Amino acid sequence: MKVRVLAFIAALLVSAPAFAQADLSGVWAPLMHEDQPERGPGPEIGDYLGLPITDALRLRAESWDASLLTVPEHQCKPHPSTYGFRGVGNLRITNVIDADTQQVTKIFTHIAWQEQEREIWMDGRPHPPEFANHTWQGFSTGHWEGNVLVVETDHLKPGWIRRNGLALTDQAHMTERFIRHGDVLTHVYMIEDPHYLSEPLIKTNGFRLTADMTMAPYPCASVVEVVREDGEVPHHLPGRNPFIASFATKHNVPVEAASGGAETALPEYIKKFKQ
Amino acid sequence: MEKWKSSDGSPRATSVICVVAIAMFLGTAGRAQQGGAAPGRAAGAGAAGRQGGAQQNFDNVQVRSLHVQGNVWMINGGLVNAAIQVGDEGVLVVDTMVEPLADKLLAEIRKIAGNKPIRYIINTHVHPDHTGGNEKIARAGKSIVGGNFAGQVGQEAANSAQIFAHENVQLRMSQPGPGEPMPPFAAWPTDTYIESQKDLYFNGEGIELLHQANAHTDGDTVVYFRKSDVVVTGDVYVNTTLPVINLQQGGSLNGIIKSLNHIIRITIPKEKQEGGTYVIPGHGRLVDEADVVEYRDMTTIIRDRFQDAIKRGQTLDQAKTARLVRDYEGRYGATQGFWTTDAFVEAAYKSLSQPVAVTRSN
Repeated sequence: MKVRVLAFIAALLVSAPAFAQADLSGVWAPLMHEDQPERGPGPEIGDYLGLPITDALRLRAESWDASLLTVPEHQCKPHPSTYGFRGVGNLRITNVIDADTQQVTKIFTHIAWQEQEREIWMDGRPHPPEFANHTWQGFSTGHWEGNVLVVETDHLKPGWIRRNGLALTDQAHMTERFIRHGDVLTHVYMIEDPHYLSEPLIKTNGFRLTADMTMAPYPCASVVEVVREDGEVPHHLPGRNPFIASFATKHNVPVEAASGGAETALPEYIKKFKQ
Repeated sequence: MEKWKSSDGSPRATSVICVVAIAMFLGTAGRAQQGGAAPGRAAGAGAAGRQGGAQQNFDNVQVRSLHVQGNVWMINGGLVNAAIQVGDEGVLVVDTMVEPLADKLLAEIRKIAGNKPIRYIINTHVHPDHTGGNEKIARAGKSIVGGNFAGQVGQEAANSAQIFAHENVQLRMSQPGPGEPMPPFAAWPTDTYIESQKDLYFNGEGIELLHQANAHTDGDTVVYFRKSDVVVTGDVYVNTTLPVINLQQGGSLNGIIKSLNHIIRITIPKEKQEGGTYVIPGHGRLVDEADVVEYRDMTTIIRDRFQDAIKRGQTLDQAKTARLVRDYEGRYGATQGFWTTDAFVEAAYKSLSQPVAVTRSN
């Protein structure tokens, strides 16, 4: 009898929801007051200011030609999870709840543009083996730290951090925190890439809960927009991108600063040019 | 019978390739063991593994599998991959890893397929990290032998799986250069093809063996399982290193690019450039079309840079100094091991500045 009572109490404890977990479900509209020019109209070519990019990524970005997006294999790519939350599309968050335990076992996030559907596993499962497939949204597992949802993501396809050729390798890793303050959601993300970032890239995005938004489908079919030789890949040869200095010229920023690097994120970097 | 020689007449070619292929495996095997369940850190561990040196002990290499889709499984042994197709008619194996892993590969096949007979082996190319287990895996299999054929080859032929490969694979196995070890007869291909394509129908699906001329070598085969919608590439596509061009065995940079574009033509994403046709590389992780496109783009961009350098009269040393692949070195390059960034640069430069080696059966 004593054992049964203890087992009953244990079962209650196990099935009780963890304290202070926030309910993130709902449709959230992006708040664009932060980095709006980059996130809305889009970044300018050659603007890497304040980003901790490596020399390798700088060369890759300077070689990037926007015409690449006209190649059929590139047309229907969604934003990877390392960039999607920067976009202008609505964000829908849905909980999957186990009927027996009433625990949240999985959280879906869905962003409108190109239907960025993402699974965040909350059931403690391990990440897949290294030789498993990578996806645009990656493999994500989440846990609660108080009322903050913390998400770890790997198994990402080669993606990007900005829409001007700043790429990520498939060995990138992202840690996120979702923090709800009433009807406002703050999304903090930190990206590490052993090859393209010399330091973790940390950014925040804001969202506001909305009751009257719908999520439209976003079908995509690639077509030949430009007739090219089979296998042609648009790009600029090193040192011969005619657009690379336009951002620095337009905004009267030193080219060295526009070229980015961890140092350019720090306030004291400005003093370097005032001297 | 005229003795076959490599395109440059060098008797060293085969031995170089054997060493290279084994080294490729040894140099990368350690990485895959570090992946797996650690949340979020597999990628970084992989990079560290590459820097960390060679995995020398095959006892520590795990052979693990992953169901891809349809009838096809990917089998990973360190960083070298094999694949199997399983159905009512038996088992078809694509590549057999290195010889010391053959028992583990066979055990993994049995775990997936039980006692279904191994009927066929397909070799994507000649290198011993893809053919080393041929004899052991073949002898674990059975062939259906009958009619006149039984009289010609004897009933003994039924006690082994058939081995398919491009003819150049058999040429290199059967006629190694002086002082080079010859693989045992039982490891040689039993059926070869010389056309651009050979077809099989097994376990209810069409299987295409597609020759990739002068790519990684001159005997590369990409295997396409039409119903399962899975492509097995061999080393014309890997995602662990810069493209591996084996000039001595008829490989070329443009051949690899042509092959990558061929793979992209076969693959069809399910939606949003993801899923659909899956691709098992010779080395590295399972991918779909988008990953092959990324690698194709890189290889094409690098090729264009080298072509430009050659056109402008740059020497090989100048091309090396210019570090024309530095945006991809961190992810795919290496400073030690058999396929260093310098080795790639040298092969790429030579591949573009001299005619492609003409070998047999292209």
